Amino acid sequence: MSSAVQTYSDTTSAVFGRLTWDSFPFHDPIILGTFAVVALGGLALVAALTRYKVWGYLWTEWFTSIDHKRIGVMYMILGIIMLLRGFADAIMMRLHQAMAFGDATGYLPPHHYDQIFTAHGVIMIFFVAMPFVVGLMNYIVPLQIGARDVAFPFLNNFSFWMTASGAILIMLSLFVGEFAKSGWLAYPPLTGILQSPGVGVDYYIWSLQIAGVGTLLSGVNFVVTIVKMRAPGMTMMKMPVFTWTALCTNILIVAAFPILTAVLALLSLDRYMDFNFFTNDLGGNAMMYVNLIWIWGHPEVYILILPIFGVFSEIVSTYSGKRLFGYSSMVYATVVITVLSYLVWLHHFFTMGSGATVNSFFGITTMIISIPTGAKIFNWLFTMYRGRIQFEVPMLWTVGFMVTFVIGGMTGVLLAVPPADFVLHNSLFLIAHFHNVIIGGVVFGVFAAITYWYPKVTGYKLDPFWGKCSFWFWLIGFYAAFMPLYVLGLMGVTRRMSHFEDMSLQIWFQVAAVGAFLIGLGILCFLIQLYVSFKKRESLRDESGDPWNGRTLEWSTTSPPPQYNFAFTPQVHENDAWWQMKQQGFQPPKEGFLPIHMPKNTAAGMVLAGLATVFGFAMIWYVWWLAAASFGALILGAIIHTFNYKRDYYIPAEDVATVENQRGEVLA
Amino acid sequence: MSNAVATPAAEGGKLEFLVKGDHHPAQGTLLGFWIYLMSDCLIFASLFATYGVLSMNFAGGPSGADLFDLELVALNTAFLLISSITYGFAVLKMQQNSVRGTMGWLAVTGVFGLCFLGVELYEFYHMIHIGAGPQRSGFLSAFFTLVGTHGLHVTFGCIWLVTLLLQLRKHGLIQENKRRVYCLSMFWHFLDVIWIGVFTYVYLMGSMV
Amino acid sequence: MSDHHEHHGHHEHAEEAPHSSFKGYMIGFVASVILTAIPFWMVMSDVLDSRNATILIILGFAVVQIVVHMIYFLHMDFQSQGGWTMLSLIFTVVLLFITLFGSLWVMYHMNVNMMPSMMGGADGMP
Repeated sequence: MSSAVQTYSDTTSAVFGRLTWDSFPFHDPIILGTFAVVALGGLALVAALTRYKVWGYLWTEWFTSIDHKRIGVMYMILGIIMLLRGFADAIMMRLHQAMAFGDATGYLPPHHYDQIFTAHGVIMIFFVAMPFVVGLMNYIVPLQIGARDVAFPFLNNFSFWMTASGAILIMLSLFVGEFAKSGWLAYPPLTGILQSPGVGVDYYIWSLQIAGVGTLLSGVNFVVTIVKMRAPGMTMMKMPVFTWTALCTNILIVAAFPILTAVLALLSLDRYMDFNFFTNDLGGNAMMYVNLIWIWGHPEVYILILPIFGVFSEIVSTYSGKRLFGYSSMVYATVVITVLSYLVWLHHFFTMGSGATVNSFFGITTMIISIPTGAKIFNWLFTMYRGRIQFEVPMLWTVGFMVTFVIGGMTGVLLAVPPADFVLHNSLFLIAHFHNVIIGGVVFGVFAAITYWYPKVTGYKLDPFWGKCSFWFWLIGFYAAFMPLYVLGLMGVTRRMSHFEDMSLQIWFQVAAVGAFLIGLGILCFLIQLYVSFKKRESLRDESGDPWNGRTLEWSTTSPPPQYNFAFTPQVHENDAWWQMKQQGFQPPKEGFLPIHMPKNTAAGMVLAGLATVFGFAMIWYVWWLAAASFGALILGAIIHTFNYKRDYYIPAEDVATVENQRGEVLA
Repeated sequence: MSNAVATPAAEGGKLEFLVKGDHHPAQGTLLGFWIYLMSDCLIFASLFATYGVLSMNFAGGPSGADLFDLELVALNTAFLLISSITYGFAVLKMQQNSVRGTMGWLAVTGVFGLCFLGVELYEFYHMIHIGAGPQRSGFLSAFFTLVGTHGLHVTFGCIWLVTLLLQLRKHGLIQENKRRVYCLSMFWHFLDVIWIGVFTYVYLMGSMV
Repeated sequence: MSDHHEHHGHHEHAEEAPHSSFKGYMIGFVASVILTAIPFWMVMSDVLDSRNATILIILGFAVVQIVVHMIYFLHMDFQSQGGWTMLSLIFTVVLLFITLFGSLWVMYHMNVNMMPSMMGGADGMP
């Protein structure tokens, strides 16, 4: 038995709930060190912001902004920050596993190691991949469909702050109390109140619930935006592929996240009020949790990967200088994946014991889903075939993706065979498989997208040298880190182990650790790339707004686009609307501008999400009075917000004319 | 919208690439709210599924046949159904642009909603009082959660209704308020649809064990 | 040029309001009362001997009543919002069935295989 540190107290006080001095990690040098670094860094940042007087700017132009472009950028920044945290967890695990053999115990005590692998999974999925994907959709979708904003701009701001609120809670768990030690999906009965009496699981529940509200609302928002706000003439089958995949992703969000909300609520009832949903006695059934959470969980992986398929479609056709091969098959494949993603969830727990009939059904549906995915790969290959390919950095990521993702897909089909899964279940083979598709798919895709659309967002390109460095470190690092895990998994090594006896396995873990280190260099190169590009922004500047000779409407605006995106709403006739406009010699008009109707900025989203953070914190620590007060304030605040009817204003025509004519001068 | 910019075309016919004039995209609130309701529907789907799986897990405790008072449930069903039709009358009054009529029928709807909640709270209180609280068994946990979640929705609907009455009194039947009346009507009728599932699947079928 | 847009700038936010009428609401209400009363009567007065038959019939009534509510109270049709409300409803119903019956199916088989002693005890041998 490890002497797990009790970071919770058995008694609760009326004022502070479970919160005591022991909740702060004074006893743990690693966490205390991290805390010191974060606190000093944070203080330095606050001091710098105050020194250069940018608080007002940040508040009026960013935090309260309902501009989808600003919100998109904030999502991306949140994703990058959380990527650093999630990666820190990853490298700590890799280092620990490379050391902890035989007599050596490694440097992390088991209870700390367990928190790290849980936090790594939760952060990487919910607070890295999701913000990246939602951020990309936020920035790009309205531009691609010729809209001036999303359907519900205030809701968009609120969604962002709810996501950020979840991220804040999870970061707080590092320094106040502890995080869950249960793995990223927090299966009961381990996460029941008897087995996990601490605050860790409660941090898990409330950070996901609060962020989940944000995700769900942004899902609703984007479905309506895409359905209702497309430019005239843009029929469904003339939408850019990225917008199509965004539509399907948001449909999946709306249809899947309620199930996560429900199942986490049931777990909370078990933990807070002694209900018996997933307990071991009094008629609970823990496997029902596993069943429900995977009904959400499998669509979730498609929520992450579908928009990335859209990103690669845009990139492949742009850099091949060709229309995308098989546009309609691409759309149908996306729709088929959307529906099928609901019929495969049991493949995550073949070993539960539902028997041959059930397992074969879900095994077969899982194999079927690889068919539309394969069709997409062929479409990209045929688009490149005989194209005039420019090997810019986004194209490198794309080719790296196609090779890597296909390998990950193959191992996925292997795991879809129930007998094989009985051998490989919960082994490192599985870990290697899903990192293979998530890193090779989502992460590569996000970096490709950032490089591709960066000039649109900032007005200058990213420096290609550091981009190439980042790509090669990531690619080589990925293979070095995860191919050994396939081998280990086939040898029967299970996941989430903090110590090994068999010394012959150590070399594989050491190779994997080197791989993780290389990935770290890849991340570092990316950060250097951002810095270097900013320094060299004059030489990298793009005046045209269309640096890659793009095909879709976002490239028809200036870089960065004006607040209202389009002075005149575009009229669409074909797929690749901007390409057709260029072919026909389109010239932007110089006069005849009209006032533009826009929504006003508001602090309501930030205030409400702030109250939600307080509510979550109070619930985690059993500070009941604070929970009641903040919840009441949240409801009241929302009601008061509905009494505000004056939410929009007009940008005067002269202002529009000024902005547009500046652009004319630049282009002339 | 016909006075679009004539763009010089490279060859053949002229194509317009811009909508000249004020372009207002379609209003999306009603669709957005409907989509939100669909997601809510899937929360209930999860709760129904949980109830279905745990519905026989009595753990030696009472079953639905021991606990459910169908006469009370029938009364509650009547309250909710009547509140649906009175909301319908409110919408009809609104279409005739009668603020007073709309507000009156909305108030009636709210009263029936509160009656429903009162009966449900009485039922819960009674069950907890005789030792059949949600902690007793998996079946009762699932029962209280499913029915209670529906009740929470009705509670929220009542709070919204009061808010809407205040807004109607303040601003009358302006476009935004009409939209809100429609949204709440969808919410209210949606809750009645869920209740059909609840009384059939939980109460009626549960009484037959 | 033929692609005329349906929304005219001067019609501020032309909305697709549902078409409702007194007659429609009353039809829905009366039908709902009947469709509610019969299942309650069937269960409360033990009309049928067969439990399964009763369940099938009351589930049938529930489905019909849900359709009635959808048509007369929620004004569902294939035209409103360009068909998107109906499309999303159908999609949701499909997912609802998958979630509900999928869970029941999966969990029933697990109980049969893993906890045979709790499934009536008749075949409780390991």
